[in-house]
Formats: sequence, C-alpha cells, structure tokens
Amino acid sequence: MSLDPRTSQRVARAVLWTMTALTIAVLLFIIFFILRKGLPVLSLEFLTKNPIDMGKEGGIFSTVIGTAVLTALAILIATPLGVGTAIYLTEYTWENAATRIIRFGAECLAGIPSIIFGLFGFILFVTKLGFGWSILSGGLTLAFMILPTIIRTSEEAIKSVPAAYRQVSFSLGGTKWQTVTRVVLPAALPGIVTGIILSIGRSIGETAAVIFTAGSALRIPTSLFSSSRTMSVHFYILAREGISMPRAYGTAAVLVIAILIVNIATYTLMNRFIKKYS
Amino acid sequence: MNRLEKKDRLIRLALLMVAFSAVSILAVITVFMFEQGTPIMFKYGIKSFLAGSDWYPSEKSFGLWPMIVGSFYVTLGALAIGVPFGLACSVVLTEFSSARLRRIIKPVIELLAGIPSVVYGFMGMVILVPFIRKTFGGPGLSVLAAAVILGIMILPTIISISVDAILAVPPAYREGSIALGATPWQTVRMVIMPAARSGIIASIILGMGRAIGETMAVIMVAGNAVGVPGSLLAPVRTLTSNIALEMGYAAGEHRQALFATGVILFIIIMILNTIANVTSSGRKRKTKA
Repeated sequence: MSLDPRTSQRVARAVLWTMTALTIAVLLFIIFFILRKGLPVLSLEFLTKNPIDMGKEGGIFSTVIGTAVLTALAILIATPLGVGTAIYLTEYTWENAATRIIRFGAECLAGIPSIIFGLFGFILFVTKLGFGWSILSGGLTLAFMILPTIIRTSEEAIKSVPAAYRQVSFSLGGTKWQTVTRVVLPAALPGIVTGIILSIGRSIGETAAVIFTAGSALRIPTSLFSSSRTMSVHFYILAREGISMPRAYGTAAVLVIAILIVNIATYTLMNRFIKKYS
Repeated sequence: MNRLEKKDRLIRLALLMVAFSAVSILAVITVFMFEQGTPIMFKYGIKSFLAGSDWYPSEKSFGLWPMIVGSFYVTLGALAIGVPFGLACSVVLTEFSSARLRRIIKPVIELLAGIPSVVYGFMGMVILVPFIRKTFGGPGLSVLAAAVILGIMILPTIISISVDAILAVPPAYREGSIALGATPWQTVRMVIMPAARSGIIASIILGMGRAIGETMAVIMVAGNAVGVPGSLLAPVRTLTSNIALEMGYAAGEHRQALFATGVILFIIIMILNTIANVTSSGRKRKTKA
C-alpha cells in the first residue's frame, strides 16, 4: 500500500498528535481526579492531627513529619557526595578509565529498582548494623537512591559555567579550590538546587525502598532511631487495606500537590539558569 | 610546595574518594544481594529455582518460574503501550510542534515522571481495574491492568531519552531531506529515526528496566496470584511484587528465597543497563566522528 506522500504526511501528523494529546490527557486526568476527590478532605485539621486508629480517623500529621525528616536526611547525606563527585568529574580530571567507571557506576545505580534498595537497606542498615526500622536506615537508603540524580544534574550545572569564569579566577591567582568554591559553585548553584529539588520529589514519592527500612510506625519520630511512616507508605496502606478511602484520597492530594510544587520550582529555576548562560 | 598547593592536593584526594561513592555503593549492594540470595539457590539447585513452578515457601518449595514469566508478560505489555505513545510524543515534540507548544508540552510530560508510583497504582485500582472487570470480565486485577499502568509509567523515560537522541541528529540531515522534496513525515521515517536509532533503542531498554523494576503500582493492580497467567485478563505476580508482598513476614529460608528473587531481578536489570550503556555510548562516538 502506498499513499500519496502528502496524504500520508497529513495522516501521520494527525495520528501522532492524537497520541500525544491522549498522553497529556491521561496525565491531566490523573491530577484532576486526585485533586477533585482529595481536596474536599483536606483541611488544616487533616494536616495537623495525628492518625487515629491506624488511619481510620484523624489526620496525617505524623506522616508529614516522617516524610520531611526522612527526605531532609537523605538530601543531607547525598548532596555532599553527589556535588563532590560532580566537582571531581568536571574540574579535577579528564576523561579516563576512572571517570568511565564512576559514570558507569552512577548510571547503573540510577537503574536499580527501588525494591532492591529496600532489600539492601533492610539487610545492611536494619539488621546487620542494627539501626532497626528507623529514620536513619530509611534516610541512608534513600540517599543512595537519589545520589545518581544529584551527580548528573550537578555535573551538567557545573559544566555549563563558562570557562572564562575559571580563567579569570586563575589569572587573579586563585587556586583550583578557591576557583571551585568561590566562582564555579556559586555560578552553578541554581542547577545544583534543581537536582536537589528533583531528588526531594523522588524521596517524597518513594514507597518500596522506605517501607522496609523506615518501617511504618504512626508515632511522631523522636530520634534518628525511631521508626516512621511516610505519606506515600501511609497512602499505600490506607488504599490497599481499604482502611479509609476518603483519607487515602486526601493523602494522595497532598502528595500530588507536593509533586506539583516540586516540578514548578524545578522548571522555573532551570529556565532562569538556562537563560543566564546561553 | 607551599601551604595552598598542599591543601589543593588534599582536596583532590578527598574529592577522588567522594567520586567513588556511587561505584562503592553499587559494589556493596551487589555483594550484599549475592551474599544473601545465592546460598539458597545453590542449596536447592539453580534450575529448580528458575524453572520450578511451585512457590510454597512454608513447604520449602521455591519455584520462581511463574514470577519470571509474569514479569516478562507485564513488561512486554507495558512496552506495547509505552513505545508507540512514547515515540509519538518524541516525534511531535521535536519535529511537529512549534517552540511555544514544546515549552508547554515538555514540562507536562516531565510531570508524569514525578507522580509517585503509589498514585499510579491507586489510579489503576480505582479506575482501570473496575473498568476492565466490567468491560472484559474476569477479576480486573490482571496482566492487562498492570501493562497499561506500567506503559504510562515508562513514558517519561522513553520520551526524555529519545527526544535527546532525535535532537542530537545533525540539522543538516533534516535540511538535506527537506531540500530533496521529502515531506516532514518521510524525513522522520527515513532520515531522523534511522539516525537516532541507537538512542531510541537505549530509551526502550531503560523503559523496560523501569517496567521490570516497578513494584508498588504493580502490586496494586496485578492481583498477585502465583501462577503463569493464562490470558491478558488473568492475575499475575511479578518478581518485584513477590519480594514486596512477603518481605514483611518472611524469615529464615523464606527470606533468603526473597533475596534470591532480588538477585534474579538485579541480574536482569544489570544486563539491561549494560546494553543501554553500550548502545548509547556507541551513538556518542558516531555523532562525534
């Protein structure tokens, strides 16, 4: 069958656009559906009261705190490692066997499913090192998971800082480290922050890696060693065990709003960063 | 050597150590997974682990065949949905849309990547599963439901990597084809796609890795019954759900068997990663030359 090229052009264009429109429609549907069902449940009380009776009643306060603490810990651990790796790869070396190994390692780490991170975190942190189901075990596991994202975005950010910045710093007698810390990093900061925000989004939404390392206690965590349930884990348990559908929708709405904020923040920062250097 | 130079040297050394963190973590994960998962495989025989079709952990029967097949079916289904839609979006984004539209569509698609997997699973549970039950019969919790949800979830991976691959095709190719009188669609089909092929293949392989590795969304829509599914509408259990469903209470050999499941998953993912890595580095070399 051979169509006239003009007709096939028109048909292809129509089909491809329809498929793209469908994809966008699915996404918009997910977001609107969750918000429509979940927003009516949301209230200050829902956000500031602890779950009662396994989540049948009450709010989600302790899980909001759990999510925040766990995410903060993961970012605190992964950022220095990720940014350090990116600085080394861009400023301190050239392409060689070592950088290829580092990059391959980071890429492989990025492809490992979260359930494997969960198993690993469980066996190493929870049992072998004796941290138990805790913020510490969960935070370390999440940190390992988001490390590749931070490495990649920081590397791109540092690479896009114009070479002239470095040359000027060197010509003024700056050492390598002075140049990196006082010239390159400040210039690359928006790009690096973008990576961190993306990782925050990933940590907030993660379930499989967290449920086996941080556990699912509903109390407000009091130390690094207390078990804590995140919003995603709470949402999963509420929905799967049918504990309370309205509260599941409410929690989902909070998750979706958090992800929307993360994406908008990333997008604005990225645009500003790109405008500055191109 | 002055004080500053000495300091710089120390810093370089410290950074080198930090730079190996990702590789070290990968190595530690590999060691732990194999240490935990392989002894039991050798104890009962690798063949009975991979090819056995009975999974009764309490009776020391650990056959993973149904889960391996289950993961394979679900992933294949996800690709059948994700690849055509993903490539359609990539082509529209790069070739068929104005810069202004692209600025709107791209972040919207990136948003798909940010939505937590539990939310996808939940949508599948409350919308897709009842829909399948009513329209096609069966329990609704099925291979089909899992394939559709995963197909949507792998879209961002496929789109972002193939968009990069298409954008990396030198503009001269496109201009040459159009100058010869080809329509944009002919140019896409005969010039752009073949030139971006290795990147597109890498995007599909990485999407496949994502589909095989996804856990929570699959658990919520797949039904999780152990057994090779007989049809698209039959429930299915994947390797990942096998781990997540039983990890909470497993102990002793049962727990080790779950780690063995993890080892098999890990090996599959590493093979896929390596293939994707090799194909995309081949592309880089080609465009440089």
